[in-house]
Amino acid sequence: MNSYEPFRSSIKAGDWLTLLLGCTFVTLLTLKLWNGELADRAIIRSGGKIFKEVPLSRDLQIEVPGPLGTSIITIEKRKARITSDPSPRQYCVRQGWLQQAGEIAICLPNEVSVELTGSAKKYDSLNY
Amino acid sequence: MPRNMTASTIKLATTSDDHHIAKMAAVALGLTVLENGFPSPLPGVKPGLANIITLIVLARYGWRAAVWVSLLRVVAGSLLFGNFLAPGFLLSLSGALFSLAVLAVSMHLPQRWFGAVTHSILAAFAHIAGQMMVVYLWLIPHSGIAYLIPIFATAALVFGTVNGLIAARFMDNDGKPDMERQA
Repeated sequence: MNSYEPFRSSIKAGDWLTLLLGCTFVTLLTLKLWNGELADRAIIRSGGKIFKEVPLSRDLQIEVPGPLGTSIITIEKRKARITSDPSPRQYCVRQGWLQQAGEIAICLPNEVSVELTGSAKKYDSLNY
Repeated sequence: MPRNMTASTIKLATTSDDHHIAKMAAVALGLTVLENGFPSPLPGVKPGLANIITLIVLARYGWRAAVWVSLLRVVAGSLLFGNFLAPGFLLSLSGALFSLAVLAVSMHLPQRWFGAVTHSILAAFAHIAGQMMVVYLWLIPHSGIAYLIPIFATAALVFGTVNGLIAARFMDNDGKPDMERQA
């Protein structure tokens, strides 16, 4: 503890309080601004138009027709993913589970997308 | 007034307070120049070493002197770096003004319990809050900048604490603290 000696007299009791409150404030701020809220709805689009809007509370599988074939979207445990898609590169399938509001998986060739939304629409990190 | 060909010097009447303020502002300016030599991971994340001087001046000579030193440093610094009235200058100015406003309040906290570290942390938060506000209202009116706030807030907390500790150490070293020094 001796190495702290020079500083101990410089820090007063209230300073520790300020430091603690500051840490709490920064932590809360980070959690609030960086952890997008959990989503509660999935918007499924096909060909640019909304195909279906479903709540994440029920587990289900949805078949969405597109120009190349059928994409299968799975909703399970409040998460959503594109399970199967006829697109050649399978980007949207490999994106895996979506959980947070604002997350989106897009199968461009088959013109199918799944977007998760929360109660409030988050800013769009793609446009930013 | 008749033309006078002899060289004349303009002499302003200065008080010893003026001299203190000028000296402290010069030191603050030196620290500003110094820290501009360090690379920054993100524009806007800077240690703000000059604020150590502001804190010391605040404790020794009071709030008005701290305002002078802080604003002199901002204006003179912008002249040195050539960004007077540019966005960078206005951001520095808004940060400084917000910090000073918060210091005006926080300096009335009981001195027994709250020292330079508290003032420094609060001023650092005020600094970045003021800057983010100006950035949002004027430069980038997009809510996407909210994403950067945690980084700036963390930097404010860390550098605020460090600067406060350094200021407190300086004032410890010269024995009798603060207000009594003011003649």
